[in-house]
Amino acid sequence: MSEATAHAAHQAPTSFIRKHVFSLDHKVIGLQYYALALVAVFTGMVLSWIMRIHLVWPNSPIPGLQWLSKVGAPGGVVTPEYYLSLMTMHGTLMVFFVLTNAPFAAFGNYFLPIQIGAEDMAFPRFNMMSFWTTFIAFCFLITAFFVPDGPPLSGWTAYAPLSAVGKDSGPGEGLGQTLWALSIFTFCIASLLGSLNFIATTLDLRTKGMTLARMPICTWAWFITSCIALLAFAVLMPACLLLFLDRVAGTSFFIPSGLNVSDHLQPHQGGSPLLWQHLFWFFGHPEVYIAILPAIGIVSHILINSMRKPLLSHKVVIYCMMAIGFLSYMVWGHHMFLSGMNPFSALVFSFPTLMITIPATIMTLIWLGSLYGSNLRINTPSLFCLGFISMFVSGGVSGFFLAQPSIDIYLHATYFVVGHFHMVMGVAAIFGIFAGTYFWFPKMTGRMMSEKLGKLHFILTFIGTYCIFMPFHYLGLAGNVRRYSAFTDDFLVPLIPVHKFITYSALFTGAVQLIFIFNLIYSRFKGEPAPPNPWEATSLEWSTPSSPPPFDNFGGKHPVVYHDPYQYGVKSSTGDYLMQTSPERAGETP
Amino acid sequence: MATTLQPPQTGQEVEQELHPHNGNGGGGGLRGLVPESGDLRAVAEPSGSPTRTGIWVALSAIAMSFAALTSALYVREGAATDWHHIVLPSILWFNTLALAASSITLEVARHRIGAFMRGEETRRSVPTLWLNATMLLGLIFVAGQYLAWLKLRSQGLYLPTNPNSSFFYLFTGVHAAHVLGGLGGLTRVMVKFRSSSNPLRRSTLDATSYYWHFMGVLWMYLLFILWLKL
Repeated sequence: MSEATAHAAHQAPTSFIRKHVFSLDHKVIGLQYYALALVAVFTGMVLSWIMRIHLVWPNSPIPGLQWLSKVGAPGGVVTPEYYLSLMTMHGTLMVFFVLTNAPFAAFGNYFLPIQIGAEDMAFPRFNMMSFWTTFIAFCFLITAFFVPDGPPLSGWTAYAPLSAVGKDSGPGEGLGQTLWALSIFTFCIASLLGSLNFIATTLDLRTKGMTLARMPICTWAWFITSCIALLAFAVLMPACLLLFLDRVAGTSFFIPSGLNVSDHLQPHQGGSPLLWQHLFWFFGHPEVYIAILPAIGIVSHILINSMRKPLLSHKVVIYCMMAIGFLSYMVWGHHMFLSGMNPFSALVFSFPTLMITIPATIMTLIWLGSLYGSNLRINTPSLFCLGFISMFVSGGVSGFFLAQPSIDIYLHATYFVVGHFHMVMGVAAIFGIFAGTYFWFPKMTGRMMSEKLGKLHFILTFIGTYCIFMPFHYLGLAGNVRRYSAFTDDFLVPLIPVHKFITYSALFTGAVQLIFIFNLIYSRFKGEPAPPNPWEATSLEWSTPSSPPPFDNFGGKHPVVYHDPYQYGVKSSTGDYLMQTSPERAGETP
Repeated sequence: MATTLQPPQTGQEVEQELHPHNGNGGGGGLRGLVPESGDLRAVAEPSGSPTRTGIWVALSAIAMSFAALTSALYVREGAATDWHHIVLPSILWFNTLALAASSITLEVARHRIGAFMRGEETRRSVPTLWLNATMLLGLIFVAGQYLAWLKLRSQGLYLPTNPNSSFFYLFTGVHAAHVLGGLGGLTRVMVKFRSSSNPLRRSTLDATSYYWHFMGVLWMYLLFILWLKL
C-alpha cells in the first residue's frame, strides 16, 4: 500500500463540508468549540442581564421578552418561576458549554497536538464526533426555551426531587427538565470522547525528544484536566440516566415516599434525594477544576513568556495541578454541609477542602514570586494573566470561609457563595480564555489583535467584574439568599441600592465585551499580519511553517525537541530565548 | 519506547524528513503503522499505540460509571423501606457461561490471527471461524439477557416496580448495551480481517478483545452484586 493510502484520513480535505463543517482537523474542531462557547457565553450573559434587570426593576417589562416566553414573561415581566428558569439556563450554559468547552476543549484541541509535535489527535474521527455530540447537547438545551412550559427551573445542579417529579413541581419541570437531562447526558458522552482523545494523544503521539517533562505547562494542564474529566463525566452520565428514568419510566431512585407536590401525591417511593446530590457533586466539584486548571495552565504558559524567565519551579506548578486533581475527588461533600448529613462527615469533607488551598496557594506564590523582579512585558495577554491571578486570589480567599462547616451554615445559599464561585472559577477562567485568545490569535489567524483595543478591553473588564462580584460577598454577609427573584423580607430592602450598582456594572461589563468581539472580527480580516513568532516564544506551536499551521501542522516534517519548554532569559542567537526545536546550546544567563 | 526518546546529539539534523518507517520517533500521527509494501504481516508498530492506550482509558471510564451505579445501589438500599428481594432468573447462569466461553473463543481467534500475521497460518477461514463463534456466543448472551427480562416481566416485575427490579434492569440493560457495542467492534474486526484495502491492525484486534474480556469480567462483577443485593 502506498503511503498516501495509509494516510487517507490525513489528507487535507478539499470540499467545504469536510474542511469547515465535518472536519477531522483538530484545529478546525478547536475553533468550532471556541465558536460554540462564544455563542453560549453571550446567550448566558444576556440571561444574566435579564435576571439582573428583573431584580432591580421587577415591574418594568423587558422589550422582546414576551416573544421568548408568553407564559414565563407575560408582557415582558419575568415571573418568579421564569427567573429560576433563566438562572438554570445561565448556569448550565456557562458551566458546561463555556467553562468546560472554551479553555479545555477549544484551546486544548487546537494547541495540544501542536505543542507535542503531533500532526493531529490520536483519533480524529472521535474528535469530530465529540464536537458534534456537544453541538447536539447544546441544541437539546436551547430547545428547552421553545417548548410550551419553558426551560427547567431546578438550577444547573438539578437537585432532586424537584428535578425528578415532573410537571407538578413547576413550569419547565416537564419537557424542559427532560431536555436538560438529555442534554447533559449527551454532553457527558462528548466529554468522555474528548478526554479519551486528549489522554491517548498526549501519551502516544509526542514527537522525538518531547518527553513528558518537556511538555509545556498548558499541555500538562489539558492532560490532567482530561484525566479528571474522564472520571467525573463517567459518574455524571449514569446519574443523568437515573434522573431520566425517574422522570420518564416511573422509577424511584431519587424520589422519596409520600412526597406531596402541588397537592398531588407522587407515585414514587423509597428514593433518596441525597443520592442525586452525592452523584452530582462527585462530578460537580472536579468540574470546577475542569474549568480552572486549563486556565491555570494557559496563564502560566503566557506569564512565563511575558516575564522572559522561567517560573521559580514549573514542575511544582504541575505537581500542584496533579494534587488539586486528586483532591478534587474527596471534597464533594462540602457542597452538602446543610443537606442534613452527619456533622462528622462535614468535618471529613472540610479537611481535604482546606487542603486544596495548599497547592492553590503554592501556585499563586510561585506566580507572584516569579513576577517579583521580572522584566514583565505589558501586553494584553500578560495583563489578562495578572487579572487572572487577581481574580483567582480574591475569589479563592472566600473559599477559606466556605470550607468551614460552621461558617458555611450562615453563608450557604447566599450571594456570598455566588460571589465566590463567579470570581474563582467563572471570571478567572474567562480571563484565562481571554489571555489565550489574545496570545494565540496570531497563530490561529496569521494576524495580530489590536493591542490598544485589547488593553482597553482588559481595563474595563477588570474593573467591571470586580464591581459586579465583590458586592455579592457583602450581600451574602448581610444575609441575602441567592435564587430569590424578589426582596421579600424587610431587611433586604436596604440592600436594593447595592443590587442596582451590580446591575449597572453587569450591563456595563457586558457591553464592554463588544470591544472584544469587534477586535476579534476586525483583526481577523484587517489586523496587522503577524510575524512567525510575535511573542518570541519557545514552544512548538511557534515553529510551524505558517500561521495558521498547515493541515498536518509541521508541513510534512516532524519537529525534534532539544530543550525543556521554558528556555527564557538565556543567551542565544535568537535573543533571550531558545526554541524547543533549536539544537543550539543555551549560553550563560545575561 | 516510542515516546520518550532522549534528544539527538547537538548538531544532528534539526528536523527529520518524514518517512513512513520513523515510527520510533513517536510518529506524531498515524504514520509508520502500515509499511510501504502494504504487507499486513510486516506491520511493525511502536509500543505506545494510541489504540491500546485508548481502550484502557475507555475501560477505566466504563469501570467508573459502573462504580457510580454500584454506589447508587448501596445508597438507595440504605435509604430504602421498600427493598423486596427478587429471585434472579436461572438463565443468567447459562448466559454467564456463554459470555465466558466467548472470551475463550476470542482468545483462540486472536492467537490464530497472530499466527496468520506472522505467516504461520495461511488460511483466513480458521480465525474467521473462531471469530464467528465469538459473535454467536455474544449474541446468545444478549438474547439470554432478553429472556431474563421476559422472565421478570412474567412475574409482574417491571422497571419501576421496586428498587430491586429497577437496578436489575438498569445493570443488565447498560451492560447489554456495552456488549452490543463490543459486537459492533467484533464486526469491524471481521470486516477488516477480510479487507485488503483497509487491513486489520494488531492493535485494533487487541483493543477489541480487551474490551470484550472486560465485558465478561464486568458481567461477573455485576452478577455478584445482583446476587448479593437483590
